[in-house]
Amino acid sequence: MKRALLPLSVLLLAAGCASSQNWGWYVIDPTTESGWTNVKFLISGMGATIQISLIAAALSIVIGLIVALPSLSEKRAWRLVNRVYVEFIRSIPLLPMLFWVFYGMPIIFRSMGLNIPIDPFWGAIITLAISDSAFTAEIYRAGIQSIARGQSEAAQTIGLNYFQTMRYVILPQAIRRILPPLANQFIYIVKMSAFASVIGMQELTRRANELVVTEYRPLEIYTLLIFEYLLLVLIISAGVRWLERRMGSDERGQ
Amino acid sequence: MPDAVIELVDVNKWYGTFHALKDINLEVGSGEKVVICGPSGSGKSTVVRCINQLERHQEGTIRIDGVELTDDPKSVAAIRSEVGMVFQQFNLFPHLTVLENLTLGPIKARGLSRKDAEERARHYLERVHIPDQADKRPIQLSGGQQQQVAIARSLCMEPRVLLFDEPTSALDPEMISEVLDVMVDLAEDGMTMVVVTHEMGFARKVADNMIFMDEGETVERGKPEDLFTNPRSDRCRKFLSQILQH
Repeated sequence: MKRALLPLSVLLLAAGCASSQNWGWYVIDPTTESGWTNVKFLISGMGATIQISLIAAALSIVIGLIVALPSLSEKRAWRLVNRVYVEFIRSIPLLPMLFWVFYGMPIIFRSMGLNIPIDPFWGAIITLAISDSAFTAEIYRAGIQSIARGQSEAAQTIGLNYFQTMRYVILPQAIRRILPPLANQFIYIVKMSAFASVIGMQELTRRANELVVTEYRPLEIYTLLIFEYLLLVLIISAGVRWLERRMGSDERGQ
Repeated sequence: MPDAVIELVDVNKWYGTFHALKDINLEVGSGEKVVICGPSGSGKSTVVRCINQLERHQEGTIRIDGVELTDDPKSVAAIRSEVGMVFQQFNLFPHLTVLENLTLGPIKARGLSRKDAEERARHYLERVHIPDQADKRPIQLSGGQQQQVAIARSLCMEPRVLLFDEPTSALDPEMISEVLDVMVDLAEDGMTMVVVTHEMGFARKVADNMIFMDEGETVERGKPEDLFTNPRSDRCRKFLSQILQH
């Protein structure tokens, strides 16, 4: 039964494409002038999506590490700080958090006498970075804990302090285990950056929405949108595999 | 003994409700070699781990070179610079070359220049009989060679005391003698050593004093020959007969 599903769906899709009255690919046909204008309009959101994702991921990697370190402490109070942050942040759905940051935070800033405007660009970045940092913190924790305790003991006995132990002994080893799940989180950020469209950020999804309103061709335009994200994610995957290969060969001592 | 490098007075330690160390007293003078033996779970590893503060003791006093160990991170750091440690599982850093394993501590903790640290590292690699392995990764070495590197790594910090926690227990039989040879060399050069081991041949050869531990207590102590030939307690006699049988 399950085996029949795939050929069946392919058949249905083919049938759908063949009946021209249901599809209107002209709207994004790059060989026509208006189609090309539309495609350029859609793709022009790529820069914003990439910028938001990269900056948010970079921030999340830093915040995540800062949040993860207290979870490894022997002191209960420090571990509690980590637990509260992780449990609280990861329970907030992205969209409400985006609204809270974009509409709510400026009010807090004003009440403190600060005039810090939050534009859609930074609103999206802050939200994505904080939301994702709870997950990257857990990834760091698991990665660091997977390094045998003898490693940090040996580092201590040759006089390294806590930060030197992390920097020169633990993290270089943990990073190989942390990298694959961290790449997963980066892909997650790229996809979740679509939410920035609802606060007016001119990224991929926003562009698609705006074009749908004027052209009224949701099927074709959103299909292209999906392939735009697919392209981004495939590029990230290839980059991560390249990185992993480089690090892997390093560990085998070549 | 006023010139004791290591001094333990009535040291007690608990893991939860488990009484791991019971009133341990120990003095190790400069250049002295002490071997600690005993069945597994007797607390012998815990003693050496308390001496360099990988574990905290709850009662009693530990002094290294006359300086008492407290919770103060500075006192712990001071101890660590005097006391080297060799682990059962070697605990080499797998992502670094042998040379980098040896120079990491001297460069980062002691502030040596790379050139000086490498010079020192090569000197000690020669001392542990493996001068040609500097650029390999730990994983490319045999178990015995890895432990020799670990010993050299401790020596690079030029400690006053070397602690050994069952240094040959994780090794294949044919590797054990290489490591023991290095340890005998160090002993003959006057290094102060506390060695947890079941290698009774080594104990007989180098130990000034031997301690037999069981259930967290020091049951018996004395010269190795006395312990071997004339153990006073049943527990010690039984343990020795078990490990000397084969």
